[in-house]
Amino acid sequence: MSTVISVAGLKKSYGANQAVNGVDLQISQGEIFALLGPNGAGKTTTVEILEGFRDRDSGEVKVLGFDPATKGAAAQAWRDRIGIVLQSTEDAGDLTVYESVSHFAKYYKSPKDPREVINLVGLGEKVDALGRTLSGGQRRRLDVALGIIGSPEVIFLDEPTTGFDPEARRAFWSLIRNLRDEGATILLTTHYLDEAEALADRVAVINHGQIIEISTPELLGGRATSLATVSWREDGFTKSEKSENPTALVSQLSSRFNGEVPELSVKRASLEDIYLEMIGGAHE
Amino acid sequence: MSKPTALSIGIQRGGLEIRQFMRQRESVVFTMLFPLILLAIFGSVFSNQIAEGVTFSQYFVAGMIASGLVNTGFQQLAIMIPMERDFGTLKRLRGTPMPASSYFIGKSILVTLSMLVQVFLLLAAGVAFFGVNLPTSADKWLILLALLVIGSACSTILGIAFSNVPKTGRGASAVVSPVVIVLQFFSGVFFIFTDLPQWMQQVAAIFPLKWMTQGARSVFLPDSFAAQEVAGSWETGRTFAIIGAWLVVGIIWAIRSFKWERQ
Repeated sequence: MSTVISVAGLKKSYGANQAVNGVDLQISQGEIFALLGPNGAGKTTTVEILEGFRDRDSGEVKVLGFDPATKGAAAQAWRDRIGIVLQSTEDAGDLTVYESVSHFAKYYKSPKDPREVINLVGLGEKVDALGRTLSGGQRRRLDVALGIIGSPEVIFLDEPTTGFDPEARRAFWSLIRNLRDEGATILLTTHYLDEAEALADRVAVINHGQIIEISTPELLGGRATSLATVSWREDGFTKSEKSENPTALVSQLSSRFNGEVPELSVKRASLEDIYLEMIGGAHE
Repeated sequence: MSKPTALSIGIQRGGLEIRQFMRQRESVVFTMLFPLILLAIFGSVFSNQIAEGVTFSQYFVAGMIASGLVNTGFQQLAIMIPMERDFGTLKRLRGTPMPASSYFIGKSILVTLSMLVQVFLLLAAGVAFFGVNLPTSADKWLILLALLVIGSACSTILGIAFSNVPKTGRGASAVVSPVVIVLQFFSGVFFIFTDLPQWMQQVAAIFPLKWMTQGARSVFLPDSFAAQEVAGSWETGRTFAIIGAWLVVGIIWAIRSFKWERQ
């Protein structure tokens, strides 16, 4: 598979603050890639350099074979091939959903059909509603519609589902998967680990301007082989034990209790546990 | 499908800008009606003759037409653009293949239309109620046309350049409006320019509004009034030279300072 986004040795500082300190990334065509990290970790700076909004201090960056720091007509042709969904915006309140989306379609060489896109993001019933009358989640879907109207090959999504209810979020996830199935490459930043787990082929955890690990959600931080926590109730207390071999422990307990173990649970670390441990550890 | 040009997208943006403007009732009323209200008040209160065959109301109408260039260009854009910067409109546009010039073409279309409507309303009210005479010679019409075109262009570009001065969209009006109002007092809109203190006249002469008001008087007041001006003449050449110089300053300033993102 061809590499669509490549980043090597990326650095960017604001005064004394080294926001991005040597980031390396390779994202392949058709991949959904999630960038995770706490606020101020360098996520937004990294993505904004890839989007061409910010200049870097050093390092190599290519998106669709093009250096995003380039200005002028070539940059315009490149922008025709990418789609950006920024963090929350509140513009165009005095235009209807259709007016906004169909107007943005005119910026691109081969746009999608505006009505189709509006239906796709689930705003079909709001097509003639003014932007300022939309709820937070609907507003966000309009942002997504404006980001994908140009049939982008690469889509940047910055915390796309903030303000969505669980149902809308699931609908959004399937929309993103569909775009990927059509061949788009997607770079996503998110605060929601369940979102990363549900959507991403690979995740990168970034903190203090550096990538701590890049992996699939299942394998991140040694999650698959991490110790399982077995807990049960005994003598009026909840007891728990971490174990490499939870099955053996459970069968041992089972024979001790002669069958049913009271309040038995076996838990593997969630992506969130692993993530918190990783960014917590990086503080030291 | 072939890609549209910067101009054709700019024209589309102009249509969109106008549509958005019309949907903001308060701003339509404020921008269009307020100058008319001022005209009604000042024109009615000060109806005395200030020279042979010239009333203060006529003098004031000329000043308000010049102010219309500043209101619809400088004031409107220097308030609107910081708000769009805060809302994320500009950053979003920056992320699309839209040519940057299309954005400014769209804004210019909005300014031109609102300027024409405002000038028309002021002129209609002036002619109907305050004894303003329309110019009778082709020369004067030509000067009026040049004043509207060059004056509005100057005002537009300075509004774009100044849009970087207010730190937030919310605070923009508080930064921009006093600048305009003080300039109006200094430039002979509310008072007769030659009655102002010397230092005020000299400060005003640095800025374009003073020259716009003088240019408008040269069109709407009888030529006999030229003797009452500071130089004893209309100074048409100097008027356009100074407005043109500010146009150039505005272009350089705007190119150097324009930001698509809030800092």
